[in-house]
Amino acid sequence: MTSVALLGQILDHANRADPYPLYAELRGTPVVRDESGPYLVSTYWEIRSLLHDPRVSSDVRNLAPEARTVPSTDDPELPPSFIRIDPPDHDRVRRLIMRTYGPPHTPRRVYDLRGEIGGIVSALIDGFQGRDRIDLVEDFSYPFPVTVICRLLGVPQEDEQRFHGWADTVATAIEPPVGTPEEQQAHWRAVREARRQLATYLSGLIDQRRRAPRDDMISALTMDRGADESPMSLPEMLSNLTLLLIAGHETTVNLITNGMLTLLRHPDALKQLREDPDLIFPLVEELLRFEPPVQLLPERTTLDDIEIAGTTIPKGASLWLVPASGNRDPQRFPEPDRFIPDRPDNQHFGFGSGIHNCIGSPLARLEAQTALTELVRRLDNPRLVEDPPPYRRNAVLRGPQHLSIAYDGLRR
Amino acid sequence: MALDGSLERLRREGHIVVVGASLAGLRAAETLRTEGFTGALTLIGDEPYGPYDRPPLSKQVLLGRVPPDHTDLPRHCAIDARWRLGVAASGLDLAAKRVALADGTSVEYDRLLIATGVRSRPWPNELEACLDGVFVLRTRDDAARLDHRLKAGPSRVLVIGAGFTGSEIASVCRERDLPVTVAERGATPLVGALGSVIGEVAARLQHQHGVDLRCGVMVTGLEGDSAGRLRRAHFSDGGTVEAEVAVVALGATRNTEWLAGSGLAAGPRGIACDAGCRAFDIRGIVADDVFVAGDVARSPHPLFGYQFLSLEHWGNAVAQAEVAAHNMISPGERRRPHLWTPYFWSAQFGVNIKSVGVPNMADHILISQGSLDEPRFTAAYGYQGRVIAAVSFDQAKWLEFYQRQIEQAAPFPLPFTTVDRRPEGMRPVPAGFPDPSVPTHGPEVTVSGHSPTDQRVTFTPA
Repeated sequence: MTSVALLGQILDHANRADPYPLYAELRGTPVVRDESGPYLVSTYWEIRSLLHDPRVSSDVRNLAPEARTVPSTDDPELPPSFIRIDPPDHDRVRRLIMRTYGPPHTPRRVYDLRGEIGGIVSALIDGFQGRDRIDLVEDFSYPFPVTVICRLLGVPQEDEQRFHGWADTVATAIEPPVGTPEEQQAHWRAVREARRQLATYLSGLIDQRRRAPRDDMISALTMDRGADESPMSLPEMLSNLTLLLIAGHETTVNLITNGMLTLLRHPDALKQLREDPDLIFPLVEELLRFEPPVQLLPERTTLDDIEIAGTTIPKGASLWLVPASGNRDPQRFPEPDRFIPDRPDNQHFGFGSGIHNCIGSPLARLEAQTALTELVRRLDNPRLVEDPPPYRRNAVLRGPQHLSIAYDGLRR
Repeated sequence: MALDGSLERLRREGHIVVVGASLAGLRAAETLRTEGFTGALTLIGDEPYGPYDRPPLSKQVLLGRVPPDHTDLPRHCAIDARWRLGVAASGLDLAAKRVALADGTSVEYDRLLIATGVRSRPWPNELEACLDGVFVLRTRDDAARLDHRLKAGPSRVLVIGAGFTGSEIASVCRERDLPVTVAERGATPLVGALGSVIGEVAARLQHQHGVDLRCGVMVTGLEGDSAGRLRRAHFSDGGTVEAEVAVVALGATRNTEWLAGSGLAAGPRGIACDAGCRAFDIRGIVADDVFVAGDVARSPHPLFGYQFLSLEHWGNAVAQAEVAAHNMISPGERRRPHLWTPYFWSAQFGVNIKSVGVPNMADHILISQGSLDEPRFTAAYGYQGRVIAAVSFDQAKWLEFYQRQIEQAAPFPLPFTTVDRRPEGMRPVPAGFPDPSVPTHGPEVTVSGHSPTDQRVTFTPA
């Protein structure tokens, strides 16, 4: 059995700016055991096949504690969110959420936000007036999707200060801790505490919406009972709302920031987009392939032996799928390391695939399309001040911490 | 070599004629252009419309949510073609390389693609078929007429045949709050396509949604009033039902009559072609310049012992058209086989049904995920100890896995643990397909042996 020591390097912050050479090295052995324990899967077809394989569980409770890569920070009072459980419970919760969010029951939820989304983008860009430099993350990429997810869920924007920190902290629990054992302990305490604070906050909000419903998802979730379903319990609702709130905070921000970074590194593509705004549709897909906001899918579990790419992954193994690597697999994408804005046949893993396929993808697409089109249209001669920019800690939800952009002026 | 030179000329300045201006014809034309064909291109279609999409006709269009003329197929590229719409092809002269048209004109070709598809099987009694209120559903015009009549709020709709189309129409009627009776000669709805184990689930869905479902009966006659309007239908069990509308959903007939006497291996089962989509003639020899794609084709499939398959599937029409078009303008060594795994979907009674493989070849079925009771499940079909097909009710995202099992000829029953395995999923049971010698209108996949020359089929209506 071959083994590598690449997971540690991928997680190492020093490699955050450009993990792609590490992924290329991984692809040398499509399915390989990392010396830290888990099996890493890095090639397109193998990832695709495992994402659709019913022998693969997303429920870490199926994994022996000693096989876990990411120690549990689960709160015994909060069940895992629906991305961390299997059918039939997963399907039930996803259906209940979808009833309030998308077709066939609520087909207009995202569509009807179009106008508001455009307005938020315009207002944020108007705020750049009188400056010649912005930090795209602080001034745009963060506040924009946060405003949208708050509006969608029905979380008052003025409370954002309170849960910003909690959301960031909870998001770190997705990958293995760093530092001394004491530091790790302190970190886990902080994660549990943040999760509890967020749950308490959301619980108050659910209560309010139950008494006085509005046109938002929290109201819909508290009011809507799927016809033949057992409705979500309050703890289920808290876990899943926490997830939606964090997903709304921690992913689109990276898609937009990575998007501008990529466009500024590819001036021809930027120019093309400015001349042909319809290019944004394939361009965002290419971006999702080229710089996906979710780089790795940690800790899935095999319920049986799985033979794949000449390797047998034994039952009970921890699986880490690397979609950001699959997106660069030359066996699937010609010239995978080139950013080709109108790339044809681009079935990337930007939103995953299979039953856990990103529920937020229609919203994220709309947000990124609107934001990038407007930024490119309105910023006059934008340029990177620093390349590469500083990156956030998280290797799974990878993106710049700051992105300093200088420009000559602002168009109307 | 001279042959290469002629292929180059064909690609540059040849004339390719596509008979059939629907999904397969359009996708083939687009593939020809994107693969560099710069010659003349003619598309012939018997309907007056450009290519449009048919699956919505029995769903969104019939529900009144989408107007029938808003179903045009999206275009992938400009095809710069000469369109001959509203005129059917009426004959083929292989030696002269000429297609005769119903208006008396003709079109010569260097290479020909036949994608004439299928049409609804009409009600066999012509007088009864002419009654006001008797419909079929295949074309945009059919959908417009039926939608118009459903809007008027008929006292009851009778659907004859509970295959996929019939079941979808019944579902639409219930969604429009119209009383509906479904008559099916088989034991359950969908029995020909999915077997009786799954058919029982479909029957339950129909009952739960208020359909008056009559299985095991045939409609023996349609009766009109003095003004020629449909009044009632008579059943083989002696019963009758009063209905103002009857939709005949007894499957499809292949549009091959225009090829009679042409020398091609064409008949009621379709047009036989090789895996590269080249048509066979009646001697079983491939006709080099004639290709076939879509519902009208009958082609050998390696996954099913190289038996000929006829598939009335949207995805097959696209995939086969692309292969046929590629092969039409490629030299022998660059040609590709059409290896598509059968795949189709249906939406009825709020459930998304998808299937992969060839269920009606199966002897057994195993509910491998979920439960028939809910009904949300994925089931695998087995044939002589290997996986041959799978079907899902509201669980389509797993099918890709099952498709791979089919393609790898994995053993049946699947010997491993999966998520969401229930007690009922521990044991395979007989899949419950009707005797294959009894024709049904349901399968939409027909396995028809190894011979390229056609077999006779007879059909007894429901």
